[in-house]
Amino acid sequence: MHHLSAAPTSRHRARGALAALGIAALALTGCSVADQSGAGNGTTPATTDGASGASGAGTGGTVTVMTHDSFNITEEQIAAFEQESGYELTTTAPGDAGTLVNQLILSKDNPTVDAVYGIDNLSAQRVIDEGIVAEYASGALPESAQDLVVQDRLTPIDQGQVCVNVDGEWFTENDLAAPTTLEDLARPEYAKLFVTTNPVTSSPGLAFLAATVTEKGEDGWQDYWQRLLAGGTKVAAGWSDAYYSDFSAGEGQGAYPLVLSYSSSPAFAPATGVVEDTCTTQVEYAGVVEGAKNPEGARAFIDFLLAEDFQASLPENMFMYPVDESLELPAEWAQNATLAEDPIEADLRQIAEKRETWREDWNALYEAAS
Amino acid sequence: MSLVPGDPALVPTPAPTRVPAPGQAPDTGTALPGGDRADVVPGRWRRAAGPVGRGLVWAVVAAVPLAFLAVFFLWPVGSMLARGVTDAAGQLDLSAFAEVLAESRTWRLVGQTLGLAVAGTLGSLLLGLPGAYVLYRCRFPGRNLLRGLSTVPFVLPTVVVGTAFRALLAENGPLGFLGLDQTLTAVVLAMVFFNFSVVVRQVGALWSTLDPRTGEAARMLGASPWRTFVTVTVPALGPAIASAGSLVFLFCSTAFGIVQTLGRPGVGTLETEIYIQTTAFLDLRTAAVFSTLQFVVVILAVTLANRFRAGTETALRLREPTSHPLRRGDAVPFAVTMLTVVLLIAAPIVALVARSFQSSQGWGLRNYELLGSSAGSGFAGGTTVLQALEHSVKIALDATVITLVVGVPLALLLTRPVRSRWAARAQRLFDAAIMLPLGVSAVTVGFGFVVSLVASAPQLAYSGALVPLAQAVVALPLVVRSLVPVLRAVDPRLREAAAVLGAPPGRVLRTVDGPFLVRGLGLAAGFAFAVSLGEFGATTFLASPDYQTLPVLIVRLLGRPGEDNYGMAMAGSVILAVLTATVMLVCERLRPRGAAGTGAGF
Repeated sequence: MHHLSAAPTSRHRARGALAALGIAALALTGCSVADQSGAGNGTTPATTDGASGASGAGTGGTVTVMTHDSFNITEEQIAAFEQESGYELTTTAPGDAGTLVNQLILSKDNPTVDAVYGIDNLSAQRVIDEGIVAEYASGALPESAQDLVVQDRLTPIDQGQVCVNVDGEWFTENDLAAPTTLEDLARPEYAKLFVTTNPVTSSPGLAFLAATVTEKGEDGWQDYWQRLLAGGTKVAAGWSDAYYSDFSAGEGQGAYPLVLSYSSSPAFAPATGVVEDTCTTQVEYAGVVEGAKNPEGARAFIDFLLAEDFQASLPENMFMYPVDESLELPAEWAQNATLAEDPIEADLRQIAEKRETWREDWNALYEAAS
Repeated sequence: MSLVPGDPALVPTPAPTRVPAPGQAPDTGTALPGGDRADVVPGRWRRAAGPVGRGLVWAVVAAVPLAFLAVFFLWPVGSMLARGVTDAAGQLDLSAFAEVLAESRTWRLVGQTLGLAVAGTLGSLLLGLPGAYVLYRCRFPGRNLLRGLSTVPFVLPTVVVGTAFRALLAENGPLGFLGLDQTLTAVVLAMVFFNFSVVVRQVGALWSTLDPRTGEAARMLGASPWRTFVTVTVPALGPAIASAGSLVFLFCSTAFGIVQTLGRPGVGTLETEIYIQTTAFLDLRTAAVFSTLQFVVVILAVTLANRFRAGTETALRLREPTSHPLRRGDAVPFAVTMLTVVLLIAAPIVALVARSFQSSQGWGLRNYELLGSSAGSGFAGGTTVLQALEHSVKIALDATVITLVVGVPLALLLTRPVRSRWAARAQRLFDAAIMLPLGVSAVTVGFGFVVSLVASAPQLAYSGALVPLAQAVVALPLVVRSLVPVLRAVDPRLREAAAVLGAPPGRVLRTVDGPFLVRGLGLAAGFAFAVSLGEFGATTFLASPDYQTLPVLIVRLLGRPGEDNYGMAMAGSVILAVLTATVMLVCERLRPRGAAGTGAGF
């Protein structure tokens, strides 16, 4: 009896189906509630007339920049950039610094962005070896940052340090001297007080692993980590987990008075400090993507990141220090969170060649210990 | 199987006489014979044109969901999986499989994944069954509130749940004495926390419509309450239990955040391994092999559940949902449910809510006051929490529309009575396959988008326009799952009768299937909305930085130092939770009386 169906009704149904398709098409093409404009930063009023109304030097068009997800730029800054350069700015932030590099590698034959910001020193060499970034020497680079440029391709934008942070109050209350060296951490009385982050899943964790390899040597780092883990050092999955849940001076008031964090963290937690001897440098770079459709715009954006306005906003916007060292830091930073004098500097080439091996070896060591 | 073989309710009847809601019956049965006889045109020519034309129409209807799934699911995931079986030159190369499968570590990963997922599923079923009974079959003050509360975990970002759980379980926390911090037990508990409501809703909705007289008859014939439960109730609930169990299993086997955060994972699971291979080592070949293994596990689970479901799917005598006031005999399930809700569901939520009212200035509303500004310490510029909330709601509305546009034809297709064995088989296959998006790693999907859609249409991708589409893929399985049982409840004889009486297929669809569809639609829309609201994995890959959603912003706030950021993350999570619970409660209310259908929980 299903065969009773008739031609007119088929048409009727066809109309329904077409209507459904139409709705789908509408939904797909922009009959949408969400007011995201096609250009990406439609929430910024300035962008709509940025290209045409600009008096800057650029030739107009869009510059697309890929950043890590901690990149933070104010609407005023976007407007200023668009005004000065004459380009419209589109940003995309697919994930953390590691995800960013992976994305660039995956799309290197068919680049989809013009500039990249947020490559750190742990990935710098790899990005260059993969041929992802083109040469660029910015005239806006401050004197203090000249040494940080990597092979004429990666321009330093900001810097910071990964350091073991100390809950000073806890040590005073428990009448124990705080550790002062990397070696101290592995001693039985301190190892059990330390929470670090997994170098496989977190970037400060990887920076710390590289620092221990640099200090303890290719032959000694595994022994050092074995002592840490055997002594009761805890490994958290990521920064927020370690700092907010496990650190005794964090919001969760955890059980560990030593935590792997940043040199800037004490600016937000005055009772804490850093173990200077454990600090290791972190530099974040920008670069012009090889094969970019708008290399001019990419260069203009990098110059903008180096200009005083953006540099001065870095501590507030991204918890990083400007590479322009002539700029003054905010008061809490100057008081509690200055950079350590003589940080551990891991070798970029060694990192590029060995980081996968280190991580695999570390993972094996950690799995065996747990 | 049955204690009372003669009871008509338990005997599978070839053509079930399912009476829908009393108010609905006239729409279907009686409307046709009356005024619509005029439509009957006894022309033979129609017979000839019918099947071909109709086949064409259904092909068009099928094209929408199929094209959608092909572009937004199969293409991205396929591009990733293809990397496991090809070498750099694109030639077939199975060596990666050989290498990975030869390692004993791989099998420990598979074992741990299965172990955790099975434990999480059993735990959810064990606690969820009493919960379904108490929250859907019994009546007591505050019941609806508890139903709403139990849905909240479903949309909380895992990072927030991890933080809330750890605040309770950590050495210094109020439940620290249990020693559960960073154990596999904590991971399983969190899985139950997330999935309790899946079981409660899906099983509860069916349970509430079971005819109580069957059980009463069994009791009368001398069966103990336990025997009655095991031999009468459980078999009747079989389809819902199988369906809920398979959903929970999928969620558990792809859990990522809670495994990483709450457990000391040791070897980890397939999901964590895929994440590590992809993001830390960018070894996409190995990641693809693990993704394929995960896929196999998921397909096996879905197949098993489907077989079980088919085996237990009998015609049930269903009626208006009924509930009775609590009785003495309900003491045990009631106590179990209260303990579950209070200790497992409410405790972490209460801890979260309490924390959201604490700030550097003591107890108060400071965290909430900060949500509209970007003035908290260490937070300059960028999307505020309130803006992100607005974005989330708008994107979720878009995603809901897309999900329904795709899901409704799909559900209709899957429930069409078909004649040929081939078509029936295709229907069954597709019915199971629609679950797959839930069983695929978020990392695989996310990077899949990068190598497929983003590579092909970068500007579209960077605009964030793909976000609601990606969320719709995630919501689709739940929406189809909630619509299909409702449509299956349509007695095929109603359709046949209508057709015999001359109603054209469009009219059959409208007058017979329509009312059932409308009933399911509210809840389906609610789920689509709630799932989109909480979606994190795919969104984080695709969201435009200027148009961040609330879950993404919460996670980013938690990644920044400063007490205000932490406080805002907590307050934002509470708002997300309240919004979701409200949406779910409203959708449940909107559902017309008697629309519980058969297991329309999901």
